[in-house]
Amino acid sequence: MIWNEHHECMERQQLTELQGQRLRDMVERIYFNVPFYRNRLQEMGIEPGDIRSIEDLQKLPFTTKQDLRDNYPFGLFAVPQHDVVRLHASSGTTGKSTVVGYTHNDIMMWAEVVARSLTMAGITRNDIVQVAYGYGLFTGGLGVHYGAEKIGASVIPISGGNTKKQLQLLEDFGSTAIACTPSYAAYLGEALVEEKIDRSKLKLRAGIFGAEPWTEEMRTQIQHLLGLKAYDIYGLSEVIGPGVSMECACQKGMHIFEDHFIPEIIDPETCEVLPYGTLGELVFTTVTKEAMPLMRYRTRDLTRLHFEQCDCGRTLVRMEKCVGRSDDMLIIRGVNLFPSQVESVLLEMSETRPHYLLVVDRENNLDTLEIQVEVEEQFFSDEVKELEGLRKRIQSNLASTLGLHAAVRLVEPGTIERSMGKAQRVVDKRKLK
Amino acid sequence: MIIRQLSVFLENRAGRLTELTGILADNGINISAFSIADTTDFGVLRVITSNPELAEKVLKEQGFAVKITDVIGIIMHNKPGALHHALQILTDNGISIEYMYAFTSAEGQATAVIRTDTPKKAIEVLQLHEMELLKA
Repeated sequence: MIWNEHHECMERQQLTELQGQRLRDMVERIYFNVPFYRNRLQEMGIEPGDIRSIEDLQKLPFTTKQDLRDNYPFGLFAVPQHDVVRLHASSGTTGKSTVVGYTHNDIMMWAEVVARSLTMAGITRNDIVQVAYGYGLFTGGLGVHYGAEKIGASVIPISGGNTKKQLQLLEDFGSTAIACTPSYAAYLGEALVEEKIDRSKLKLRAGIFGAEPWTEEMRTQIQHLLGLKAYDIYGLSEVIGPGVSMECACQKGMHIFEDHFIPEIIDPETCEVLPYGTLGELVFTTVTKEAMPLMRYRTRDLTRLHFEQCDCGRTLVRMEKCVGRSDDMLIIRGVNLFPSQVESVLLEMSETRPHYLLVVDRENNLDTLEIQVEVEEQFFSDEVKELEGLRKRIQSNLASTLGLHAAVRLVEPGTIERSMGKAQRVVDKRKLK
Repeated sequence: MIIRQLSVFLENRAGRLTELTGILADNGINISAFSIADTTDFGVLRVITSNPELAEKVLKEQGFAVKITDVIGIIMHNKPGALHHALQILTDNGISIEYMYAFTSAEGQATAVIRTDTPKKAIEVLQLHEMELLKA
């Protein structure tokens, strides 16, 4: 099943013409409405008229997450505030989060790409979709919600967590599809076994899992535990949220909705555009977004693109599962985390220095995060209650800033390795290819 | 009368305490009493040594988080009611105890090491009641 055959199966020649035309419009919009982009284009001597087709994309400068932070909160918006109908934000230290805005048309476009995605998983108006992604500033919940409603499916907006309730509704409402992070799906599967719920009573057919990296082994395990077919969905809030790309039933990579998001692969060091099939950093230009168009946004995700036509009939390019990042961002239980965020929390506290180590692991299919912090000699108290108090203070400050629970462990001073160059801040024990 | 006790932060890691006792032994420092307060992840070692200044110096050189804490030591007869008597004096004078540990010696004596916020006042009232105190 294909939701929008016209756009998903378009001849490549016709598609690049459409992209070129939309790119032209987009450059004009940001040139005249976003001072940041205008300055950057002027610095390079580029005027809107210079961009005529998709071939001219490479002339444009890149945009980075730092540019988004520098323009916090609304500096990159290309429309007046009264046209913005929704705001989402990523977690981050105060003033450092990434804010994204949507116009009414943006929300409609987002629902469209999610509708295409869910259709790839065989979801129709006859399905009951349990949306177990978090609802809120995170784009997962509301993103999938609107797409599922657009299809006409019955949506259960249960949001994340509350495992017992999730299981109860799977059983009582007969949900046929579920959307959540893959680690939560595996956790639900195990809870099902523990609660001794008979899997044959469930009606689950499809799972839409994303927001964090996962392996083929996890896919097999989830499919076995929940008795469904597991699909990978990709997205990032800066670009739109979930629904940037999605696996079809062939499961040979995720089709990128190129009529809205133009992908490129670059060498993260030299920024040179790489040929198809080469591993590199994924870059997106959003050509239809109104509130916050992005020009050559560096996702930092490392992957490959394949242009050969898929057996499903779609002509849209396919991206492989991301194999890593070209920066130090971690994804823990679907939450993005930079080690520098931990550092700034420790710097803000008078009793701690930024000597820390993040230890990431996966226990019972859920990511765990331990943050080791060195005890500073001058703040060392010989009373256990003082040290425990310090540990809890660090823990709660981290939780409120990162939006993520992390276990804090106090360690002896000087035990965390110092290096002259880039310090080793992260030990990731999760086994991901 | 104030005893300079050494407090050391220790991770719960196999062999860590042995490293510490090795350093003290190599420097000819005698341990007369010690206790460990432990949690899941770490412990705090409290130790009374023959030379607290030297012990602090050598442990710091080896990267330990060390701190000198003032405590007092009450010497009692090793017999029923002796500890109760000493603690009653402190309680009656409104002195509260953060932590304590005790050890006995061969001569029928027992010593209680006590950490309080007001060590000077504690010494005063204990002496008033003719209690024998451990000398620094």
